[in-house]
Amino acid sequence: MEITTGWYLVLGALLFVIGGTGLLIRRNPLVMLMCVELMLNGVNLSFVAFARQLDDIGGQTVVFFVLVVAAAEVVVGLGLVVAILRRQPGTTADDLSALKG
Amino acid sequence: MGDLQLVGFVGPSVNWWALMPQIILLGAALVVLLVSALAPQRASTVFTTVATLCAASTSFVVALGLWNDVKTDGPSSSIASAFGVDGFSIFFTVLILIGLATTALLSHGYLDREGIDPPEFHALLLCSAAGAIVMASANDLIVMFLGLEALSIGIYVMIAMHHRRSEARESAIKYFVLGAFSSAFLLYGIALTYGATGSTNLVHVRNYLDVVVFRDQHLLMAAMALLLVGLSFKVAAAPFHFWAPDVYQGAPSPVTGWMASIAKAAGFAALLRIFFAAFASHDVDWAPIVGALAVITLVVGAVMAILQTDVKRMLAFSSVSHAGYVLVAVHSASAAGTSAALFYLFTYTLMVLGSFAVVGAMGSDDEHPLSRYSGLGRSRPVIAIGFTVLLLAQAGIPTTSGFIAKFQVIAAAVDNKSYFIAAVSMFTAVIGAYMYLRIVMAMYVADEGEEGPSPVWHWTTSVVVIAAVSFTVIVGLVPQFLIDFAEDAVPILIRG
Repeated sequence: MEITTGWYLVLGALLFVIGGTGLLIRRNPLVMLMCVELMLNGVNLSFVAFARQLDDIGGQTVVFFVLVVAAAEVVVGLGLVVAILRRQPGTTADDLSALKG
Repeated sequence: MGDLQLVGFVGPSVNWWALMPQIILLGAALVVLLVSALAPQRASTVFTTVATLCAASTSFVVALGLWNDVKTDGPSSSIASAFGVDGFSIFFTVLILIGLATTALLSHGYLDREGIDPPEFHALLLCSAAGAIVMASANDLIVMFLGLEALSIGIYVMIAMHHRRSEARESAIKYFVLGAFSSAFLLYGIALTYGATGSTNLVHVRNYLDVVVFRDQHLLMAAMALLLVGLSFKVAAAPFHFWAPDVYQGAPSPVTGWMASIAKAAGFAALLRIFFAAFASHDVDWAPIVGALAVITLVVGAVMAILQTDVKRMLAFSSVSHAGYVLVAVHSASAAGTSAALFYLFTYTLMVLGSFAVVGAMGSDDEHPLSRYSGLGRSRPVIAIGFTVLLLAQAGIPTTSGFIAKFQVIAAAVDNKSYFIAAVSMFTAVIGAYMYLRIVMAMYVADEGEEGPSPVWHWTTSVVVIAAVSFTVIVGLVPQFLIDFAEDAVPILIRG
């Protein structure tokens, strides 16, 4: 069976959905960060698949930009998680509920 | 695969003059950080505020020069047409720079009072502003994404800089998680646009969509939906607004003002550029969805605002309902609608920054109950009058800029024969007015001895409030200059 572009797009969509679902249902802040990465990498895969199909190098260069942005986001995200866990060890997303109304 | 010719590679030509507003801001950020690192003692707030204000005003002068160039030579683009210079981008550059100067002034008193290190805060603010300008001027979806991230990452850290307060940390992580989530949606939308049209460049997208008739549009429809969801999160449109009240309440007040005004304006700039300009030929597909979002946002913003007891949360929901009005203007998918949206965003930015200036001075901690404002009309009559004007302007009372803004939005909807949406906008304006009047009543109708704590007033706050109030009243009385500015700023570069 030939593996066409469509397969890669479906895999990318699956990764995106798994990441999105994980972000919504997991309570551990670190796992939530990983889920964001999973979503972005699902998008990256779609970009590469489209670039291959369109025979255009632009889509592949986009991936480098996205990787840099993802790294920058993780730096800030990990910093926030460390700042929270240092003061309240073992915090989950459910514990962060002081703000509501 | 195409031939990769690395030998003799020629980079795209760069019009450095067009990029100067952002370069000045980023340069100022580096200078502020360097000086604070090298200086023998801790850099003072005065130095960082003055540096930020100088950068903002220099950048402002350059932006006015660019405006002249656009007037005489027409719009242009730079860096392989990834970065646009047209009336639209300069309109937002001017707006963002005004917001930057205002936020720098507001943070001046705040940072000293709360003991936050000023250099880092101002450096992040400058980077965030540069990101917002890039986002508003981007002519390529990837550049837009990079601008959005530069804007957002700066804000995540600015919220969390008040690290002794658990509310600020909670607000920062909430904004971070939802911001990253929505960025991923936006990026997926960009990927699908690329797949459907073969380019991320907005001019290419527009030309492609003008010529090509799709046999099935599923990919393009999915792309539009994902882009809309991603940007709706950023501008806090219902049903993607649920982060806004928590984040606005927990964040330091100057940062809340920045998020409510500039982050929202930049989000709408991106929304207009993508949908009104690039997807213009498919407006029958996206306009009804934007209209539905607008109606939901208006209703949710107005109704939920009434139920709040905390002033910061009230203003958060009021900013949700303002997003609804701008969406009404976007929905009409016409040049009149777009200039109405631009006018609305400009006047709204000044109103909301002035309001959060007062809120920031009213107290340092996180609770902003209505009772804190009671008796303000007697104890601090001038502040109370200023705040009243800004709140009434947000409600859309005539003789203020808010009235003209709402009037234009509704007129654009009526021109477009969207009578239902126009009716909903007027109806929710009445509901929303109740919430603003509640704050005004609390300030003026209070018994002796019921006064809340007196505000911590700094002279920079007065400057901001006076400027915001006079702008609001002047535009309310003689709006023509701003209407002309907004009409000149419709994105002609992509729209053709």
